[in-house]
Amino acid sequence: MTNALKNKLIDNAFKVFGIICTLFGLVILGILIFNIAEVGLTRIDWNFITSLPSRKAEKAGIYTALMGTVWILFLTAIIAFPIGVGAGIYLEEYGKKSKWANFLEINISNLAGVPSIIYGLLGLEIFVRAFNMGGSILAGSFTLALLILPIIIVSTREALKAVPSSIKDASVALGASKWQTIWNQTLPASIGGVLTGVILAISRAIGETAPLIVVGALAYVPFAPSSPMDEFTVMPIQIFNWVSRPQHEFAVNAAAAIIILLLITFMMNGVAVYYRNKWQKKIKW
Amino acid sequence: MRTRTQENIIEALLKLATSITILTTVGIIGVLLYETIAFFKEVSIIEFLTDLEWTPLFSQKHFGILPLVSGTILTTLIAIGVALPLGLTIAIYLNMYAPKGFRKSFKPMLEVLAAIPTVVYGFFALTVVTPFLRSIYPNLAGFNALSAGIVMGIMIIPFVSSLSEDALYAVPKTLKEASFGMGATRFQTSFKVMVPAASSGIIVSVILAISRAIGETMIVAIAAGQQPRLTFDPTVPIETITAYIVQVSMGDVPHGSLEYRTIFAAGITLFIFTFLLNTLSFWIKKKYQEKYD
Repeated sequence: MTNALKNKLIDNAFKVFGIICTLFGLVILGILIFNIAEVGLTRIDWNFITSLPSRKAEKAGIYTALMGTVWILFLTAIIAFPIGVGAGIYLEEYGKKSKWANFLEINISNLAGVPSIIYGLLGLEIFVRAFNMGGSILAGSFTLALLILPIIIVSTREALKAVPSSIKDASVALGASKWQTIWNQTLPASIGGVLTGVILAISRAIGETAPLIVVGALAYVPFAPSSPMDEFTVMPIQIFNWVSRPQHEFAVNAAAAIIILLLITFMMNGVAVYYRNKWQKKIKW
Repeated sequence: MRTRTQENIIEALLKLATSITILTTVGIIGVLLYETIAFFKEVSIIEFLTDLEWTPLFSQKHFGILPLVSGTILTTLIAIGVALPLGLTIAIYLNMYAPKGFRKSFKPMLEVLAAIPTVVYGFFALTVVTPFLRSIYPNLAGFNALSAGIVMGIMIIPFVSSLSEDALYAVPKTLKEASFGMGATRFQTSFKVMVPAASSGIIVSVILAISRAIGETMIVAIAAGQQPRLTFDPTVPIETITAYIVQVSMGDVPHGSLEYRTIFAAGITLFIFTFLLNTLSFWIKKKYQEKYD
């Protein structure tokens, strides 16, 4: 065999190996989804969604956990949205190129790498203890809001960066102030990208389990929360609780709850991607 | 004049929003230090670093962090053992071999793996992967590091593949064309030219994946067990730092007790590991940018 032939053979072998590796990830994803659907799909009915938790697996439902997740979703969004977008605007439009801005940037990229459970410890000491919120929805929302802040800031900056400077320059040349330019020109032009980042960040927050366990979300909550100061549980914690039990019936419940959690996550991701594509297509500089 | 004041107020508000990120960092370090210092008033730091057992919740108390660290390192090594070869091969394949449309549609598809909540992976590890591995190797315990580590590795594949592919993509086209021009195959070009040229970006992606694996909580809390032990045997139950924090948080440990403080001592250990890794990756990234600009 000549060298050239050998090299060609290795080249093709690696190509096949590459295809196998790429498909491996997707096949595992397929197995995961198929397995969960197979175990849990028949368990989902209206009762499962509207029932309170119970010691009996066949009677237990996800109502309290689902309501907890919805509360957390809205409060986290309300807290994180203005702070994250505000900080993103400041870093991109105001505080550029100073030493301080450089330090802020390093700090934010470090925060993005802090494990989520550490945010739980922060929330436990600050919101639960120092601010006396207890293991409430509010304490959980503040904790998750801090957790997703770096994601929102980075995506906001990226969206703002994509707006061409000619638009800003034109606005300033017409006599608009800095903030008028941002509010009337830059933000409307970049809002699609900003919102995409916010939606993705919140969909991340919905899947978080560990920080909420640490701030004291409970595995068993008999009633759905009715105010931000109430005790709560969320879907991932309910799933964790069911997975941890030895009986098979609870594993079925867990699979059914996972289907609903995945539906929510995929829906939010889908909306974000759709929105981004639409926004990118509509605006051509 | 009114606009001027308005502008200043708005800028101050935006500055305030930005300062929250600083407060968060200060808060994390402050909280961890405060509780850890209180912890070390009761437990000597030498015991913490050298004792070979971790049993703060038993009557015979030992406070050696090493078993939790070994559990964390073990699951992380297994995860990287899965994610690095697969992720890097995928990155090279998508960049050098795959048709153009393929790359565009497969990258986001793989990234779905990173969007799935980790509690779902925990369920998958416990109810699918562990039984499967036990059918091959019957001595495997019901909770073990192997299954949790493998599933964690699958979860972080997109971290390695996407970021490495970005790094390969950023390599100047001229390098690739020169290599092809010399008659090299795609395989030779990949490993002799592209990977070395993109090596810093690839290393950063791996470091970030390691950092992510160290901090990962729910997969190990569900599938790896709750038995801190100093071992690198992947077939027995172990406990990671993160799983320990969850275990204590699920129970009813009174605030201010020594048991309560153990989660902060464990937390600061975890924080130091990830902080060093993140700083390292940031530093490499900075150097790399200088090289190519």
